Amino acid sequence: MSRFNDITELTGATPLVGLPRLSPSPEVRLWAKLEGQNPTGSVKDRVAAKMIAAAEADGLLTPGATILEPTSGNTGIAVAMLARRKGYNLIAVMPENTSLERRQLLTAFGAQIVFSPAAGGSNAAVAKAREIAKEQPDWVMLNQYANPANEAAHYEGTGPEILADLPGITHFVAGLGTTATLMGAGRYIKEHAPEVQVVAAEPRYGELVYGLRNLDEGFVPELYDEKVLDRRLSVGTEDALRRTREVLASEGLFVGLSTGAVLHAGLALAREAERAGRSADIALLVADGGWKYLSTGAYSDGLDDAANALDGQVWA
Amino acid sequence: MSVEVRVPTILRSHTGGQKLVKGEGETLAELFDSLDADNAGLKGRIVTDENTLHRFVNVYINDEDVRFIGGLEAKLSDGDSVTILPAVAGGM
Repeated sequence: MSRFNDITELTGATPLVGLPRLSPSPEVRLWAKLEGQNPTGSVKDRVAAKMIAAAEADGLLTPGATILEPTSGNTGIAVAMLARRKGYNLIAVMPENTSLERRQLLTAFGAQIVFSPAAGGSNAAVAKAREIAKEQPDWVMLNQYANPANEAAHYEGTGPEILADLPGITHFVAGLGTTATLMGAGRYIKEHAPEVQVVAAEPRYGELVYGLRNLDEGFVPELYDEKVLDRRLSVGTEDALRRTREVLASEGLFVGLSTGAVLHAGLALAREAERAGRSADIALLVADGGWKYLSTGAYSDGLDDAANALDGQVWA
Repeated sequence: MSVEVRVPTILRSHTGGQKLVKGEGETLAELFDSLDADNAGLKGRIVTDENTLHRFVNVYINDEDVRFIGGLEAKLSDGDSVTILPAVAGGM
């Protein structure tokens, strides 16, 4: 059945597709879960739906309410679409060093953007949103970094979908942002298949993004629980960019830059399995497609130029 | 054995502004001890009095977060590259 009552019903149940050209052998296989197929084009449609439903159930969100949320883009865009449908306002607090398309999409969906300074990246956006929240106590901050509904969306949706489509899964790899994808899906998968390795691919941005004034401004999301992870791999801008292009060239898959980081980590795991003579089925979470990053030159400029252009950006 | 260490802007006051310093040690703990000789106070910003990593500091040996490979007891090999970074919120 591919008939739906409205766009929101298209959230979740995303396809898992093989990457046979990138997989090192028939015994060591990579699989991509295409979250870009969600209504606004990213994994965050799952999260936005769940967080808004929870806030409505708790009586926090009432008709005409204003939602305030720090976001580097995808969550904001997903919340904006639902907010518009449901008659809420959205104020998105976003680092100024994010891609042009994210701003355009937020505006298209009717959100208002408040920019936070480039230095400090998302930390600065979170800090700024907290300041605004103090001045505007009536506004509702969904706070995706601490909201259990964020993790629940993945525990109840993403995780079970992956396990159903890939019962022999050996590794699950996703990007580390709010950490909710890894926490929710990772927890679910491990409860049902304890041997599966849950691996975080953490973007390593340029220096600007780590430009805190002091270490106490550091930030670890409230949702983060180290025990769910088996490994945490750091992936630099250039490696992420290179892999983003590689999967486009070899598989025809047009993905966002965070997926380049996830793929880089996934290929490292695949090589390890092959060297050890083990079979592996590695599930990679593709958080979004490449559309929102075209203006960065990630797919068209020379590799060095594109890497330089992305260096100070919160690219994942 | 010699190991290269990348220091974030926020901690360069301890390294005379240097982004890259060299140290020695079989483990991460030994490396930080060796660094402290030439970079006074650096270790204290990374390692707590309880001998754990500071909550808002992440340390990587090559690409691996050391908290998953033994923490301060993580083993080093010649030519490894160690990166220290403040914990920041990722994209979302």
